[in-house]
Amino acid sequence: MTSNETRLGSEPSKVVRWIILGIVGLVFAIPIIAMIQFTLRAGIHGGLTLDHWTGLFAPEAAVTYRSLFTSISNSVVLAIVTVAIILVLVLPTMILVHLQFPRLRRVLEFICIIPITVPAVVLVVGLAPVYAIVVQVLGGSIWTLAFAYGITVLPYAYRAIQANLDSVDVVTLSEAARSLGASWLNVMWRVLLPNLRRGILAASFIAVAVVLGEFTIASLLNRSNLQVALLQISQSDPYVATIFALLALALVFVLLLLIGRLSSSRRNRSAS
Amino acid sequence: MGKLLGLTPFALYVVLFLGIPTALAVVTGFFTADGSFTWANVAGIFAPNILGTFASSFWVSAVTAVVGAIVGALVCYAMLGTRAEGALRTIVDSASSVLAQFGGVMLAFAFIATIGIQGLVTVWLKDTLHIDIFANGVWLYQVPGLLLPYIYFQVPLMVITFMPALEGLKKQWAEANATLGGTRWTYWTRIAAPVLAPSFFGSLLLLFANAFSSYATAAALISQGAQIVPLQIRGALVSETVLGRENMAGALALGMIVVMVIVMWGYSVLQSRTARWQR
Repeated sequence: MTSNETRLGSEPSKVVRWIILGIVGLVFAIPIIAMIQFTLRAGIHGGLTLDHWTGLFAPEAAVTYRSLFTSISNSVVLAIVTVAIILVLVLPTMILVHLQFPRLRRVLEFICIIPITVPAVVLVVGLAPVYAIVVQVLGGSIWTLAFAYGITVLPYAYRAIQANLDSVDVVTLSEAARSLGASWLNVMWRVLLPNLRRGILAASFIAVAVVLGEFTIASLLNRSNLQVALLQISQSDPYVATIFALLALALVFVLLLLIGRLSSSRRNRSAS
Repeated sequence: MGKLLGLTPFALYVVLFLGIPTALAVVTGFFTADGSFTWANVAGIFAPNILGTFASSFWVSAVTAVVGAIVGALVCYAMLGTRAEGALRTIVDSASSVLAQFGGVMLAFAFIATIGIQGLVTVWLKDTLHIDIFANGVWLYQVPGLLLPYIYFQVPLMVITFMPALEGLKKQWAEANATLGGTRWTYWTRIAAPVLAPSFFGSLLLLFANAFSSYATAAALISQGAQIVPLQIRGALVSETVLGRENMAGALALGMIVVMVIVMWGYSVLQSRTARWQR
């Protein structure tokens, strides 16, 4: 089939495909390889060592990198609260609009896409006064930052959940359950959520990924999360900063790989 | 009515953390620090040095968007005909999402390790080819230094946004072209190019907007000075010496929003023209 397509001219030949992918892949691999090589450097005079990696597990590391570990736990807390915001605020609203207010769908979509047009660095200008009040009401603990992150995650979470909502006939399902006497809570818990599992998982993973990578808002509001701490520590210990940047990158890559698998297995199922 | 009540928590949340901040960001530029109305901040955007940063932002965004769009489109083309659920596509998709959206600070590290003063590539070029890329001074921590890292996240974004359009090309069009005696050249220039054009330029605009609004990589690379608009906002926000600078941040934010709204409006117009072919 592929050779036939190639003859028609709509697809690249195997050689062309692998030349393009090979060159671009190689160029894109260089900075990552350079990062890995950097974490293995012994010093300015060359030579490779594993010291920077093993140093992380030394007993005194817990003290040296305390601020880094604090910021990692901050980022984890933020990721959890952001996912909670998506699940508690965004998801029920999307289901409600889908079922009860179809006319509002376009409005909801528009609202959820706005954060793409309003960059984080612009949003933060207006967030500063808002957070001055938030701190007075809720205190200055780190989790409050998740309110802002919920907004930055909104477009991604919306897309993930909406794709799932569109692929399942939510209206029929919930009407069937209602006519069989199920309460709304039952419909939500036993009918809708299991059917929307993939969209919810994808939205949660992408929220985690966005929060782990977020720098702009935390940095400009003077909070410390993973990325802010990485930049700080890179001034004194660039090796450790690079190691953690690599680890975060790998973690996010795995998360997104899982999302990819989730959505492709959905495609397979709906095809069969 | 009772059901409408169910929408209030979300509405409240969006108003508090998206509506009010956006409105504040737009409005603060029109006020002085003590709250009286002024045109001074907005007029300040047109000062030569601020206009200069807008110009820098523009050309960095434009150059990286064009390069990113072309290279990204080539990658998409190379992946045509591979299985959408196959390992290659899954890996390229995930890697693209990571690099396009979550790079930020990490990209700065990567490029310091690659083309920093002691970078892998810098040293290699110097030792083997005797080329000193910093012969005319270290440009990595200046505006030109943003080009390579930005391209590094623009190409993956292009792959994500442009791939669906390429996949929308119907097999029948290629067959029709072939049966009517067309060549590979006529297929791409007479059929695929016109169909793909709105989507390509739409993606190009999205890439421009992406680079224009990007902050983390620039902030991590350029610690001193404010050569592009997001860094100007940083300067205005964190400055403790000059009073009333937060309002200047408001004016800059307004300037950015105006650019973003125009660009994203163009994007949505082009997107709706693309949608015609994707049914």
